[in-house]
Amino acid sequence: MLTPGLRGYVLEQPAGDHKSTGKSTGKGTRKHPPTDLLPAALAALAPSFTVAAEHGAPGSGARRRTWLDTFDWRLYRAGLVLEVEQARRGGRLLLSQADGTPRAEQPAAGWPPRRPALDLPAGPVRDQIMALISPRALLPVVSAVSTVSVIRLLNADGKTVGRLTAERAVVTAAGTAAELPLRLSVAEVRGYPAQARKAAALLAGIPGASPVSQSVFVAALTALGRHPADYTNGVDAEITAELPGSVAVARLLLRLLDTLELNVDGVLRDIDTEFLHDFRVAVRRTRSAIKLLGEVVPAADANRYAREFKWLGDLTTPTRDLDVHLLGFAATTEHLLAATPADLEPFRAFLVRRRAREFRRLAAALRSPRFGAITDDWRKALLAVRDASAPKKRRQPTAAELAARTTGRAFRRIAARGGAITPDSPPESLHDLRKRCKELRYLLEFFAPLHDPVAYRKVVGDLKQLQDCLGDFQDSQVQREEIGALADAMLAEALSGGPGAPAATLLAMGEVAARLAVSQAEARADFARRFARFAGPAARHRISILLAKPGQPAEPALKTP
Amino acid sequence: MKIYATYNIKGGVGKTTAAVNLAYLSAAEGERTLLWDLDPQGAASFLFRIKPRVKGGGKALIRGTKTLEGAIKGTDFDNLDLLPADFTYRNMDLLLGTAQRKQTRKIAQLLRPLAAEYDNVFLDCPPSISLVSENVMHAADVLLVPLIPTTLSVRTLDQLTDFVAGFDGDRPEVRAFFSMVDRRKKLHQEITKDLSAERSGVTAAAIPALSLIERMSVERAPVTAFAPRSQAARAFRSLWSEILSDQE
Repeated sequence: MLTPGLRGYVLEQPAGDHKSTGKSTGKGTRKHPPTDLLPAALAALAPSFTVAAEHGAPGSGARRRTWLDTFDWRLYRAGLVLEVEQARRGGRLLLSQADGTPRAEQPAAGWPPRRPALDLPAGPVRDQIMALISPRALLPVVSAVSTVSVIRLLNADGKTVGRLTAERAVVTAAGTAAELPLRLSVAEVRGYPAQARKAAALLAGIPGASPVSQSVFVAALTALGRHPADYTNGVDAEITAELPGSVAVARLLLRLLDTLELNVDGVLRDIDTEFLHDFRVAVRRTRSAIKLLGEVVPAADANRYAREFKWLGDLTTPTRDLDVHLLGFAATTEHLLAATPADLEPFRAFLVRRRAREFRRLAAALRSPRFGAITDDWRKALLAVRDASAPKKRRQPTAAELAARTTGRAFRRIAARGGAITPDSPPESLHDLRKRCKELRYLLEFFAPLHDPVAYRKVVGDLKQLQDCLGDFQDSQVQREEIGALADAMLAEALSGGPGAPAATLLAMGEVAARLAVSQAEARADFARRFARFAGPAARHRISILLAKPGQPAEPALKTP
Repeated sequence: MKIYATYNIKGGVGKTTAAVNLAYLSAAEGERTLLWDLDPQGAASFLFRIKPRVKGGGKALIRGTKTLEGAIKGTDFDNLDLLPADFTYRNMDLLLGTAQRKQTRKIAQLLRPLAAEYDNVFLDCPPSISLVSENVMHAADVLLVPLIPTTLSVRTLDQLTDFVAGFDGDRPEVRAFFSMVDRRKKLHQEITKDLSAERSGVTAAAIPALSLIERMSVERAPVTAFAPRSQAARAFRSLWSEILSDQE
């Protein structure tokens, strides 16, 4: 264990003393390890300690370290680091906090598996992270071969009073290998804290030695030109208040296109359900942006792309709907009163079969020239707008003006349409309102960098409450209708010689549908209250504050284009 | 947490040697192990190259002004810690009570907070029969008694067994083993063979008298660590596995 307060040290290579490892395919700036500086550390320690190599010390030797996280960095964002360590003695899963403090570990044979894992072997690591990562898969992020040697620091009696650990790590990625700077750290032996402090001070005094500022994980990522949390499904385009509206919108749409494209591979490999979810959110946001902001993108053929992105949205809907049924399946069975979970098993099997079929259709479309053409042409069109030297025709609105105008309009539309909904209004009116709410939400998110963060959080909070209610209402209805359609399809499959639909299963599905009807009625009953809160005087006041100062940047340093 | 104590009223019978090697073997198996060197002579501390000194002395530990935990030192071996001896331990009897008010469960009480930290604790006792040894007998789950194969030491074992049998409540299990056995002596051979067979509580494994064991004080390490393939190390491993299998 490292003594609290003691840090590891990286010994920076003196200038002009670079050594080639022969492995690095290096760019000129990559640093090579100061392999000759371990002796410098030993020399610095020599007046105070006798040093002796400790062969076979715990933690010493070579091992492959592979760090894992979900595609959207759920562990890292929660301040956790998960590592699989493969050594001769076997594999271990190690969970730690970002500062290296261990949290849990468990043996892991054959990890990481060839396919990204949706689950882990039972054990304390699994217990701590499953709820956090589910339903996402764990993917290998970066891998390194690490060689640790341990040197004992002895006092005059020949007693070990501290340990010097030297770690050399070579980061491996497709076709490249980069060696990280040698890391030295001092570990305390219980009861000898002063000696460990002394040894650390001696290391710190070596010219060129500097305290470690990054974990091996982050250093390994950096060596590959990456950084942690380099994917998010949020809209975080770099826009400023004074930017011409068309440029701001082009940047937003390019950011959405990046997100969409980043998820294609995960969708096609069917790694986990959330690739498709993020893909669909990017499509929906793009469609809303084309609809609400498309006018400022004159070069783009808005009609064509509106049509093409609708095609993409529709294409992905059946698979996503089946994913939603399957993801919520365990929860659904928990609510059964008359039927048993076993009764629903044929339904689950049917969903799985149907999903496989729908997925094949989706995958074929994503591999089609049509999909390739949309994304390529769309990117070219957006780049042309983004990089246009100056507006050609009339004066353009700025991003701030565009935000205020479109967001205000979207809010007013919701206030008017929502206010017209009575207990007798048809369900369609609520479905329509839900779409308008999504549009407002997207507009708020698009222009978030321009808004005051406190006012923004309040407005989004109000809106989210209303969206949850409308979502419950519509999702319950859609799922109930789907269950009816799926029951028909199961019967049809049975008639054509398929696995069939036992009566018990259909009855259990009826029970699930009834439960959904109850949820829908509850959401409907809650609507008036939620809407009144969203559109009431207090909320109106909050949105007017938000739109009054749309140009005020949240964090000036971040918003420079 | 299991507490083992090496005890014999006589000195020089291999208590410390046994405590040091068995503690090392326990730690090598991955059990978190603590050895408390209760002998003011500090032989176990010396063997681990640790200064026989505790801040505040035995008094601070017994009175509770310093915790046991704060006095613990890491040995050179993984999973093995040592609570060093201190010369003031020679007065520990006086600290543990007077003729009117004897504290016989103080050591057990002091060890209790360490239960979460250690799987096995070994107590290396000074030779004597005193309030300290009585405390040790109350704290221990297993009393490990090294015996030199002579008729007299067999008598001592009987006395000890009777003494422990008189305890109220929990009594430690008494496990004797022959120590410093000289294969060339006929008497040693006879007593070792007969007693192991006849008496329950005497292990079949015995520790021979070997110069390599004496060499521990030169190497300042357990023989099981510096000469793991030696006859001496094999004898300690047999003894430890027999003690463990008795516990199961």
